[in-house]
Amino acid sequence: MKIATEFGQGKLVIKLHGEIDHHAARGLIENICSDIDKCLPNVCILDMKDVGFMDSSGIAVLVKAYKRMKELGGELKVLNLSNQSRRVLEMSGLEKIICMEGKKK
Amino acid sequence: MNTVNYIKIEFPSKSSNESLARSVAACFAAQLDPTLDELGDIKTAVSEAVTNSIVHAYPDVIGKISLRGRIFDDNTLEIVVQDWGRGIEDVAKAMEPMFTTGGFERSGMGFTIMESFMDKLKVKSSLGKGTTVTMRRRLSYRAGSIK
Repeated sequence: MKIATEFGQGKLVIKLHGEIDHHAARGLIENICSDIDKCLPNVCILDMKDVGFMDSSGIAVLVKAYKRMKELGGELKVLNLSNQSRRVLEMSGLEKIICMEGKKK
Repeated sequence: MNTVNYIKIEFPSKSSNESLARSVAACFAAQLDPTLDELGDIKTAVSEAVTNSIVHAYPDVIGKISLRGRIFDDNTLEIVVQDWGRGIEDVAKAMEPMFTTGGFERSGMGFTIMESFMDKLKVKSSLGKGTTVTMRRRLSYRAGSIK
């Protein structure tokens, strides 16, 4: 799982690339939380455009990032979810508390 | 229902094999000409079942996991994920949404997703002997596909 980050004017954009499963999740959670702690952003945006697959491990990743941003008084947004990822997240009810933007067929 | 094709693979319970398992299942299911959404559902359910075996059946050791697939003549795909690990003490409890005994990277949604994304889910487990998860999904016939 590769990630690329950009930070400016309180906005941290993390672009994820690859597949999010249990194998990738632990390292991903650590990387995202470390970037958040380093930048202390007001808004953290996870761009999922290049995430080809996500299972329930992705739910844990988003919950962890959401909690960290909430502790900092900030906001987490998730962009460009694929249909497959969206279906997994909808099972968790997370779309009710995390702002998710992007196409839905 | 008659079996028209089958596969069987075995692999060690290394987390790097999660992607292998779902890719194999997806390649096998591709013979049924699934939609992208159907394929996504199958990959997700297989990933959840295999991850459960890796995380819960063999928490401290590397053990054997078997993935079997069958295609029936009514366009149904069956996937069976079996391990010979610790087994599940209370299957009904394990299947409750958000219940997990896994680490911080687990969400407790595995069985809920398998149940929702597939038509049928059966879990057979015996303490100290292992767990077998059987899932079936009947795929839609698409216009132009050969029945």
